[in-house]
Parts: sequence; structure tokens; C-alpha cells
Amino acid sequence: MASDASRDALDAIARAESGLVLAWLVASFGDLDLAEDAWQDAVESALVHWPQDGVPRRPAAWLTVAARRRAVDRLRHRAMQSDKAAALRAGELLRRAEQSLLECEEPVDERLRLIFTCCHPALPLEARVALTLRTLGGLSTEAVARAFLVPVTTLAKRLERAKEKIRAARIPYRVPSPAEWGERLAAVLAVLYLIFNEGYSATAEDPASRRSLCDEAIRLARALAALVPGDGEVRSLLALMLLHDARRDARYGPDGELVPLDQQDRARWRRDAIAEGLAALRAAAACADRGAYQVQAAIAAAHVLAPTGSDTPWRRIATLYAELESLAPTPVVRVNRAVAEGRARGPDAGLALLADLDGGDAARGLAAYPPYHAAHADLLRRAGRTREAERAYRTAIELCRAEPERRFLASQLAGLASRAG
Amino acid sequence: MQYALLFYNPPLSRLPAAEREARVSEMLVEMRKWQADLEQAGVFRSTLRLAGVDAATSLRRQGNEVLVSDGPFAETKEILGGLCVLECADLDEALGWAKRCPLARIGTVEVRPEWGAFG
Repeated sequence: MASDASRDALDAIARAESGLVLAWLVASFGDLDLAEDAWQDAVESALVHWPQDGVPRRPAAWLTVAARRRAVDRLRHRAMQSDKAAALRAGELLRRAEQSLLECEEPVDERLRLIFTCCHPALPLEARVALTLRTLGGLSTEAVARAFLVPVTTLAKRLERAKEKIRAARIPYRVPSPAEWGERLAAVLAVLYLIFNEGYSATAEDPASRRSLCDEAIRLARALAALVPGDGEVRSLLALMLLHDARRDARYGPDGELVPLDQQDRARWRRDAIAEGLAALRAAAACADRGAYQVQAAIAAAHVLAPTGSDTPWRRIATLYAELESLAPTPVVRVNRAVAEGRARGPDAGLALLADLDGGDAARGLAAYPPYHAAHADLLRRAGRTREAERAYRTAIELCRAEPERRFLASQLAGLASRAG
Repeated sequence: MQYALLFYNPPLSRLPAAEREARVSEMLVEMRKWQADLEQAGVFRSTLRLAGVDAATSLRRQGNEVLVSDGPFAETKEILGGLCVLECADLDEALGWAKRCPLARIGTVEVRPEWGAFG
């Protein structure tokens, strides 16, 4: 019997192949539930056999053969059921599997099919995220639930409903046609971006979960970039994630407070992630399209390439934010642009941009948006409008949901008060 | 498998009558073209254009009785104007046709699969 530690190690090896094997099973059998059950069986079988026989040279191939066998067993069992509809369907799947199954040494990479299916716009966004992490990421239901701070039962139900929708509406397990490609790839990137942001933001409190979400998003983006080599936005998203993740060890101070980018200890930035990120951005820039992710990655690169905080090229960054705003005029972009303008051309320039936002439809959304107030407060502080800055900091603190950010804002507010005497 | 496409359109009642009629006949021409494409592709099963909500009558259970009253199921801004039934292999195919429907440009098209036809 394997000890707990070696069982965990074997489990990790098996799960690393999850995306690849599951994707192949789904492509062969056309049924996600069946694929997941067969996969579970295969992993359990591995945990019995590998301690005795040793880990196979190609775990993916071993697991695929085992899972395929189990899937066929399950289908045969289902085909003999009294429920005619279920039996009929099982029989169909068996026939289809027999037609499409090739004796292959290594499973063909069907992950592209699976990721497009999991990220189909017909599924609710939360379900797309959960399904992607579960099937392609190989994360357990518990791990995904923990990362998003929901009860396991909630997440299990979310996954169930998503799979039910795939069945009932017949969402196909297929790479989209060229006509649909643009919209569908954008949907995939949005899911990966969301996963990364969830890990990167400080709202998820468990640092290990946060880290694993970022790692997972990067891993999936890397795989996607390899599967779709000519696409600039895919590589740009990978670059963006890497350049942010590179700073993860410098983002928080000893008391857990947030350290702004230009004050971070650059020695703690991870050079390998920066190198990979910059390489991905260069590759993206060589592709035909220049989209929002590429501009965001360029901004991140501008920050990261500055030798010190005071060398930050704020004018260039402000110009990039103006470009980003034309592509994606969201509140967060417009606030960040105001911050950059404030640094590039003085706080009044930044405040003018924020004032523009204050009127109209944008205003209602912004009032409840903590970063708006934080940016506003910072610009007012720099402009010497202390009393207004205090009010803005207080509003920001009240609305802030993340502890590290709240602490940072509180210390900024305290700094104001002490200066005012 | 069959899919119902349900067309929820914004009301035209605020427009002057002549403009309303012009818009409607334009739309009907385009819908006929769309339907011709559906028929040619072999996916068309049926279509039903519905009279306005003013012509709707609803039956509702109240206690032990079923009562009849004037009006639609719900007072909504967009109104169910009609439906179309298509035979498609999967959701993406049905969505592809729905996107080409001229009504998708002005209102909401709900795409709903038939009950229980798994596989």
C-alpha cells in the first residue's frame, strides 16, 4: 500500500494529465459525465497499480487506455438497463466510440475542443469557469469551491447544471467553425482572464488557492497558445498574466498590506516569468491583430522594464491607456488612465479625466467602485487638496472588500492626517 | 433535434402609423428571405407569426378554478411576436441560423431545444 505522501505524489502525476486525457475521452465518447466517471476510475486504478508496478513512462497513455476500458464497460452496463432511452443512447455511444477509437500510442490533443465547449457562451460565466478548472485544470470540486469561496455543494450543483445544459441543448464538443472562431475564442480568453484575476486579486483569502488559480490560468493559457499559435490575443493574455504573476512575491508587505507597483522591491520580482512574458508579448506583436490584451500586456511590460519606480515611463503608459480605452472603455480602464495621466502630466490632468467620468451613465457604476475612490483620493492628495482627499479615502475604505487594500488605504489616510497636524 | 426560436420584439406602438407599417413590411420581406434560406438548407419546420399582445388572453389558476383574463402571461417591454421551429444537429447550428434572423437585430431571440431529445 502506498503511503499518504507517495499517494499524493502519484495523484498529482495522474491529475497533471487530466486535461489531456479527459479531452480525448470527451472527443471519443461525446459525453462529459461518462468521461469524468471513466477518468476517476482510471485514476483510482493508477493508485492501485502504480505503487506496485512503478509509474509508467507515459502516464497519459496508460491512463487513456485504462479510462477507455472503463468507459466501454460503463456503456455496456448502461446499454442493458431497463430505461430504454438511456440504453439506446448508451448503445449509440458505444457504436460511435468503436468507429472513432484508434489504437493510438499517445492520446491526440483534444484539449482545444474541450476548452471551447467548457467556455461556450451559452453556459453561465461562473459555470464556464468551474467547468474549465475542473476538467482542463484537473482541480477537484473542493479545490475550486475553496478558491471561489462557495460551499462545495453549490459548486457541485453549478457543474451539474452546466453539464445538463450541454446535454439538453446539445452544445457540441467541437472546435468552432471559422465564422464563430472570433467570438468563441474571446469567450475562452475571458474565462482564463477571470480565473487569473480571481487568483490575483486579494478577495480570495486563502493564499494557496489564490496561487493555484493564477498557476492554473497561466498553464491553460500556455497550452492554448501552443494549440493556437498564430493568435496575438492568446499570447498577449499569457504575457499579461506572466508579467503580473512575476510580481507576486513583492505585492504584499510584512503586515499583509498592499504595496503599490512603483514602490515594490524589484529584487523580488521573478525574472523567469518576466522573460517568458516579454517573449510572449514579442511573439504577439508579430501577429496580425492588436487587441486589448496586447495593449494591457504592453502596459505591464512598460512597468516591468523600468529599472526603478521613478523610471516608470508614465507618458508612454498614459498613451497606452488611451489606446486601451478606445478598445475597451470600461470603468477600470478609464480610472487607470486617469491615474497614469496624473503621473505623466500632474494630478490636475488626472482629476480632469475623472471629472469627465463623473457625469452620465458611468457615474452610477463608479460610485460603488472602490478603485475609483482610491484613485480619486490619491490624485487629490497629490494635488494638495487634503480635506477632499480624506473624504475620498474614507469612502474608498468603506467600500473596499479586500483587507490588504483596506490597510493600504488606511495608512494613506493616516499619513494625510499626520501631515495636516 | 428541434429548436424553437422565440422572437421577443420591442413594441412599435410609439411610432406614427405610416412609419410603423413601413418598418413592418420591410421586416416581413427580410423574414421571408431568411425563411427561404432555412427551407433551402432543409432545417425549416414551421413558423407562426403572432398577433399583438392586445389580442392575448390568459388562463390562470386561482384556488380551485381556472380564470380567464385579458392580456399576456407577463407585461414585458419586449413582446413575444412569433416563433419558428428548426431541425438542427446541435446548438451551434441553431444559433447560427438565429444570428442570421433579421429580428435578432432589433430584439431578443430565445433559442430553446425540444424536451428530452438527448444524444
